[in-house]
Amino acid sequence: MAERSNSEEVKLLGMWASPFSRRIEIALTLKGVSYEFLEQDITNKSSLLLQLNPVHKMIPVLVHNGKPISESLVILEYIDETWRDNPILPQDPYERTMARFWSKFVDEQIYVTAMKVVGKTGKERDAVVEATRDLLMFLEKELVGKDFLGGKSLGFVDIVATLVAFWLMRTEEIVGVKVVPVEKFPEIHRWVKNLLGNDVIKKCIPPEDEHLKYIRARMEKLNIKSA
Amino acid sequence: MANDQVILLDYWPSMFGMRTKMALAEKGVKYEYKETDPWVKTPLLIEMNPIHKKIPVLIHNGKPICESLIQLEYIDEVWSDASPILPSDPYQKSRARFWAEFIDKKFYDPSWKVWATMGEEHAAVKKELLEHFKTLETELGDKPYYGGEVFGYLDIALMGYYSWFKAMEKFGEFSIETEFPILTTWTKRCLERESVVKALADSDRIIEYVYVLRKKFGAA
Repeated sequence: MAERSNSEEVKLLGMWASPFSRRIEIALTLKGVSYEFLEQDITNKSSLLLQLNPVHKMIPVLVHNGKPISESLVILEYIDETWRDNPILPQDPYERTMARFWSKFVDEQIYVTAMKVVGKTGKERDAVVEATRDLLMFLEKELVGKDFLGGKSLGFVDIVATLVAFWLMRTEEIVGVKVVPVEKFPEIHRWVKNLLGNDVIKKCIPPEDEHLKYIRARMEKLNIKSA
Repeated sequence: MANDQVILLDYWPSMFGMRTKMALAEKGVKYEYKETDPWVKTPLLIEMNPIHKKIPVLIHNGKPICESLIQLEYIDEVWSDASPILPSDPYQKSRARFWAEFIDKKFYDPSWKVWATMGEEHAAVKKELLEHFKTLETELGDKPYYGGEVFGYLDIALMGYYSWFKAMEKFGEFSIETEFPILTTWTKRCLERESVVKALADSDRIIEYVYVLRKKFGAA
């Protein structure tokens, strides 16, 4: 990747296994922006994190020339507006609007709904799985005829929806509940293959073995038992 | 734009719809308002917002835009010749987006639970709501508007809730004017704008509506 001006300071406070943190790395890498990654222990928050994000106290926080930006979708928009090479949002206002809509959909509908499976068993869990599948079906339909959600190349929504491709689907693997079966979601599975063919994605998503190990440990801590 | 067709599906008490109405008025956009009860899923609402089936839905030349904050950005980009809603500087824009999300993700819940809950839960909800009002007042500081010298995105985002302030005060048993004087001055400044006043529902009518909702929620 091309180096940016040496006078520029770009720091990312993040966590290696967080989908919200990783999506920022994807965008920066796609843009060829050099950055310093500061791994945060989210069980023991650093004073720097608390200082930079006093409202939410959450990662990721991007620090650009000393100024903090929080909330991953806000950060992604900031990155796209600040470093204009390889735009990730569409140029057309309506298409850009739809990208914002689908991104919110991933974070506020799919993610929030899927997370409800934690601690649930039996019929309650089945209901959550069904609700999650209903939401994923909208994404499935959106993918028809496209290599990526961004069209022919990686776009804003693809970056955001790595949460589905590499967190939701890996968690499903550990928990042993089929949320995204290939027979119901062939487009999503095809899309994941396309993502894995992208060098930036491969470089920026957590290594699979380590990630699965991490998810397993978290699930055990949350007392989730495999089906 | 010539031959523009702009329709807004909205429901009169919605704080989210009030935002969109303010933005359209700020830009001088003529539009057709269609009163749409979100509890009654009309075919048009289902077609235009098949995922959420919520209002407001902005329909521009037949194409739907959902989610009020997304609508504000769309209106700002499409009618970009009129007075801007969002700052042009990327950092200032990110701050506006951050705080707007704060309003919808943090402030929203206690803002309705304060009139929908009772007992211990109500006390906790009220405390949280007051904290968020304080946070928002602190962010405003000594600026005339959230964006600085000009009325904009974040002012619209929060003033959308203004019609509900009186209900929050009544059922939360607190006074915004007493506890948040800086915020109060800001609301009065915003209320000098025709775009704001015309978009807002009557506060007393909202209180009547809240009494109806409280019966539904079993909070009466």
